[in-house]
Amino acid sequence: MSQSDENLRFTSALSNFSIKDFWREHKFSYMMLLPAFIVVLFVVIYPFFYNFRLAFSNLNMYNMRQFIQSDQLTYIGIDNFIQIITESSFWIILLRTVAWTVINVVAHVGFGIFYAIILDRDLMFKSIYRTLLVIPWAIPQYIVVLIWKGMFNFRYGAVNLLLRKIGVPGVAWLSQASTGFSAALIVNIWLGIPFMMMIALGGLQSIDPNFYEAAEIDGASNWQQIKHITLPLLKPVMLPAVILGVVWTFNNLRVIYLLTQNTLTNKIDILVTHVYRSAFEFYRYGYAAAFSLIIFVILLVWAISFIDYINED
Amino acid sequence: MSVKKDSKWKRIVFHIILLISVVIAVYPALRVFGTSLRPGDSLHSTSLAIIPDDATFDAYKTLIFDKGFLIWLRNSLLVTFFTVVIGVSLASTAGYVFSRKRFPGRKSGLTFFLLTQMFPATMLLLPMYILLAQFGLTDQTVVVPFLGMAKAHIGLIIMYSSTALPLCVWQMKGYYDTIPESLEEAALVDGLNQFQAFYKIILPLAKPALVITALFSFMTAWNEYMVARVVMTDNSLYTLPVGLTNLAGQFNTAWAEFAAASVLIMLPVMAVFLLLSRFLVGGLTLGGVKG
Repeated sequence: MSQSDENLRFTSALSNFSIKDFWREHKFSYMMLLPAFIVVLFVVIYPFFYNFRLAFSNLNMYNMRQFIQSDQLTYIGIDNFIQIITESSFWIILLRTVAWTVINVVAHVGFGIFYAIILDRDLMFKSIYRTLLVIPWAIPQYIVVLIWKGMFNFRYGAVNLLLRKIGVPGVAWLSQASTGFSAALIVNIWLGIPFMMMIALGGLQSIDPNFYEAAEIDGASNWQQIKHITLPLLKPVMLPAVILGVVWTFNNLRVIYLLTQNTLTNKIDILVTHVYRSAFEFYRYGYAAAFSLIIFVILLVWAISFIDYINED
Repeated sequence: MSVKKDSKWKRIVFHIILLISVVIAVYPALRVFGTSLRPGDSLHSTSLAIIPDDATFDAYKTLIFDKGFLIWLRNSLLVTFFTVVIGVSLASTAGYVFSRKRFPGRKSGLTFFLLTQMFPATMLLLPMYILLAQFGLTDQTVVVPFLGMAKAHIGLIIMYSSTALPLCVWQMKGYYDTIPESLEEAALVDGLNQFQAFYKIILPLAKPALVITALFSFMTAWNEYMVARVVMTDNSLYTLPVGLTNLAGQFNTAWAEFAAASVLIMLPVMAVFLLLSRFLVGGLTLGGVKG
C-alpha cells in the first residue's frame, strides 16, 4: 500500500470517527473489563499514588494517629530517599536480594525443566511421581517455613539428624547469617520447583513429537535433542514464568521473614523484609514508603531492560 | 504426547532420582503429621521416624475444643469463599476480552496487569492499611452477625481478590487463546448476543482454566499471612494463618498443637491439589501467550 493511500484511509477513518460508533464497537470489551479494573484501581493504583505522598513525609508511630484523624502530613522532601541511599546497609541488602533472586530462579527453572523432561518420558508410575512432586506447592507457605524452621533446629532438627547419620557434624543453621541464608535458599528452592515443573511440563506436551522423530532419523543423541529441540521450544513458554518468578522471588516476604523471626532477625534481610520490618515493627511509615518506591523502580528498570533484551533476540 | 523409549538402566536411574526427590518433597509434610501425634511431654525427639511410639490425638482435641481453631476456620472459609467468587468472575470476564477483542488500550492493559506484579507487597500494604483504616475497614466490629463477618474481613477480601487477579487474568487469557474463535461466530449467527456467547459457549469450555484460577484465588486467601497479621487484632477474628502462627509464637509450649493445626489446614489444600492435578497440566497456560 502506498503512502498516500494510507494517509487517505487514516483521514477518512478520522473524519468518520464518532464517539457513538466507537462505543458501539467496543462497549462489550470495556464493560467486561470494568469490574476487574475498578478493583485494581482501588487496591493497586490508588495506593500506589498514596504511597508517593507518604514517601515524602515523615509519617511515623507518633504522628500516625493524628494523620488518620485529620489527614495532616509533614513533608520532608527527599530526605527519606537520601537517607536510604546513603545507608551502607541498603547496598548490602540490595546485593543480597539480587543473589537471592538469581540463585532461586536459576534453581527453580533448572530443576523444574529437569523434572519435566524426566516426567515427559515413558516411565512407569509417572503420574504418581508428578502428583507427589507437586506437594511442596500445595502446602501453605507459612507452614512450610515454620516446618523447615523446626527441621533446621540444631539438636532436634531433621536436617542435622540426617547429617549426623552420614557422619557429618551438625550445622547451627539459624544462628549465623551465612548458614541462615543457605537455609532460606534451601527452603525457597524446595518451594518453587513444582510451579516451574508444571509450567515446563505443559510446554513439553505442546511440542510436536514429529520434531523428535525427525531428529532421531538424523541420528541426534538424546542430549542433542534436548539442546536443539526441547529447550528452544520451551523458551516462549518459560519466559513469562521466569519474569513472574523473578518478581515473586525478589518480593518474597514470607520465607526470610518467618524463618528468621526470633532467631536471625535483621541479619539476612532482603529488601522487602527490611521494608516490612521498618513499617510494621519500627513504624517508620514514611521511610518504608520511600523504600518501597525504590524497590519498585529497581524491578521496573529490570523488567523493561529484560523485555527489550528478549525482543531483540 | 511424546513417547520416548529408554534403555533399562536409564529408566532405573530416572526412578532413583524421582524416588529421592519424592522423599524430599513429602518428608516435611509427613514430619508435621508425626509431630502432631506426639504426647505433650516428648516434644523433642532425636528420631527420624515419622510415627512416634506413643502416638496420641490429644493435640487435636485441645486445638479444636480449647483453642479458637473452629472460629479461625470459619473466618478463613468466609474470606476465602468471597475471594474465590470475586476473583474468578473478574478474571474470567477480563481475560475473555483480552483474548478475543481488539480494542484501544488492550496491549497496555495487559502490560499493566503484569506490571502490578512488580509492586512489592509492602508498598501497597502500607497505604492500603491506612486507606482501610480511614474507611473504617480495619475495625474489628462484626457487621454480618450470623456469619461472624467483621469489617476487617471485608478489607481482607478486597485485598486478596486483587492480589491474585493479574495472574488469573493472564492465565484465563492464555486458555481462551486455545479455544477456536469459530465457536462464538457460530453462536452469534445463531442469534446469541456477545455476552451469551461468552457465558453459554466459551465459559463451559474453559473449565480447566477456571479451576486453576479458582485454585490460585483459593491459595491466596487461604494462605495469606502477612496482611492478615497487620489487619487483625482480635483473637476471634483471626484467620487460620494468623491463629496458627500465634500458636507457633509460643513455640515451646504448643508445638504439637501447632503441628496438628498445620495438618488440619494442609489437608484440604493438598486434597484439592491432588484432585485437580490433572487440570494442572492442561489448565496452566500462563505460557500460552500469543501477542
